[in-house]
Amino acid sequence: MSENVARRGFLVGGLGGAALLAAGCTSNEPAAAPSSAAAAPAPAASGNDQPGTKVTIGFSAPAADHGWIAAIAKNAEATAKQYSDIDFKPVEPTNDINQQISAVESLIAQKVNALVILPNDGQQLNQVALQATEAGIPVINLDRVFPDKLAYRTWIGGDNYGMGVAAGHFIGKQLKDKGVSNPVIVEIQGIATLPLTQDRSKGFADALKTYGFSVTAKQDAKFTVETGNQVATSLLQAHKKIDAMWNHDDDQGVGVLAAIKEAGRDEFVMVGGAGSLNAMKEIQSGTSVLKATVTYSPTMASSAIRLARLVAQGKGMSDLVENSVPQSITLASETITKDNVEKYLELGFES
Amino acid sequence: MSEPTTDHRAAGVAALAPTRRLGEMRHLGLLVALAILVVVGLVTRPENFATTSNLVSILSLAATIGVITVGATFVIIGGGIDLSVGAVMALASVWATTLATQSYGPWVMAICAILVGTGAGLVSGWLIAYGRLVPFIATLAMLVAARGLAQRMSDRRTQLVQPDNAALVELSTTRVLGVPLLVYIFALVVALGWVVLNRTTFGRRTYAVGGNPEAARLAGIDVRRHTMLLYALSGLCCGIAAILIMARTTTGSSTHGDLYELDAIAAVIIGGTLLTGGRGTIIGSILGLLIFTLITNLFILNGLDTSDQLIAKGLIIVVAVLLQRRNLKERAP
Repeated sequence: MSENVARRGFLVGGLGGAALLAAGCTSNEPAAAPSSAAAAPAPAASGNDQPGTKVTIGFSAPAADHGWIAAIAKNAEATAKQYSDIDFKPVEPTNDINQQISAVESLIAQKVNALVILPNDGQQLNQVALQATEAGIPVINLDRVFPDKLAYRTWIGGDNYGMGVAAGHFIGKQLKDKGVSNPVIVEIQGIATLPLTQDRSKGFADALKTYGFSVTAKQDAKFTVETGNQVATSLLQAHKKIDAMWNHDDDQGVGVLAAIKEAGRDEFVMVGGAGSLNAMKEIQSGTSVLKATVTYSPTMASSAIRLARLVAQGKGMSDLVENSVPQSITLASETITKDNVEKYLELGFES
Repeated sequence: MSEPTTDHRAAGVAALAPTRRLGEMRHLGLLVALAILVVVGLVTRPENFATTSNLVSILSLAATIGVITVGATFVIIGGGIDLSVGAVMALASVWATTLATQSYGPWVMAICAILVGTGAGLVSGWLIAYGRLVPFIATLAMLVAARGLAQRMSDRRTQLVQPDNAALVELSTTRVLGVPLLVYIFALVVALGWVVLNRTTFGRRTYAVGGNPEAARLAGIDVRRHTMLLYALSGLCCGIAAILIMARTTTGSSTHGDLYELDAIAAVIIGGTLLTGGRGTIIGSILGLLIFTLITNLFILNGLDTSDQLIAKGLIIVVAVLLQRRNLKERAP
């Protein structure tokens, strides 16, 4: 109980810290813990954080029934609050495409200065994003990309292929070091039909190939704890000896780890995905099969809000030579292990 | 059913006799289907399928939804339907894993889950029996509302079972004779369900109310009260299932039990229970459920795509219902 409360307090502190970092630390606030400086980019040199023209930023994202998405919404809001010149207008989060379209339409009608949209499905929200752009509202497309480049001003998101590559390299290297030949490598995906899942799997397979390894079996769970548990239970039955496992998503990973513990298996190394606080604590403990997780950080929402502000104010990014914000920004997927988990802890999100 | 008692003299007897014969026939079909799946398992994965640990894992997978299926069987035999089972289970799991509840220990959590499940069932049952709402509507409303309430309570977060309450998780990790405790709970619920349905007045009344409510009323059964209790029973099963899912996943979450209503109803139908009520068996439902679980297991053991698994399940539902209809036609006067 007390531990849980502490955890929550810690998380809030972590998010606040992340937001501060994202805000660039140029304010007079006492800076966040210095140890975390490496986790976030160095503050911009120019005066981008000085209050400028007042801008209204609309924000729409899926319902926060998943730790990562929840962190997206929290990060966006926390960052917006850091700026006195941002009027933040979030709309009710929803998993219903139909509702998200009307929510975005209402933001267009309110003539916001910029929109940050994490669409439930890029294909299906493309049309309304196009409308926004045509109405002269720059759209910052967060994570799930709109197929039509006319539909957005700037895209920022994670690197799904890169996640797979990072996980593949970690596993490949571990197994090579141990001198394992012909390893049994198991993969638990998220929702198999999503392009992001296919990208993750492709990156994983490609990276493993450079070590001469391949995936023995893969199954999809559905990003929930329960499905992760079910799929892992059966996969552990299917393979009496496993050398390595990659689970695409730390939220479903809670269920996967429960299944592994129940089965009493510890002969393999497991890698997670996204970088949740739970996963980081497992890694930190050193006693878990979970040895690493590859990031797909929800801090991208903080960055998206900052970008929206810059675009709306007609500024550029001061670390770049360009006069305006770039068209697309892909975040790198980093590998969190016991060695570096300390500096990622405060960016972790709660499942 | 040896001696006819007052309450089912009017409605029960007439419906029961042919049902039992039909039931046996259908069970035979289900057993054949199960046997075929077992053979497929033995042939495709000889080294993995027939191991104790795989069988235990199949039963563990089946346990949660199996407990819910027992409750659903009662409701459907009683002529109703409960669409809210998955959502009520999620709500019960979330309620039990809230911080406040967790600080009182695992027993309080378990009792809380059961009370919340039963309470939700009572509300649906009251709306149907005394509020005269159609079961489909009342439980649909409960599905939506319970899911929403679960999301509110948990703030849509996954709530971990705290280490202090590890006893709850141990239902899943502690094994007796190599079988996890939660499988025993599942078996106990099935056995109790069978006894209540086949050996008690409550069971006989359930068949009577589902078969012909008017006749049941004339025979002196308080049909409304009985209907309400059926939904409470279903809710109770959801509460027990919530305990099992907390044990298995170490969490309470508003996403638990998604589409369980469909799985439970499908298992009951495959098991030979008529959606119109009045006929059906617990054993049939459990066999139906095991067929589903076995298919999932076989697909994962063989590394097949889960989309094809849905197609296979759909086909099985259709075939099962077609077979039922043929049986009924043959027996129609």
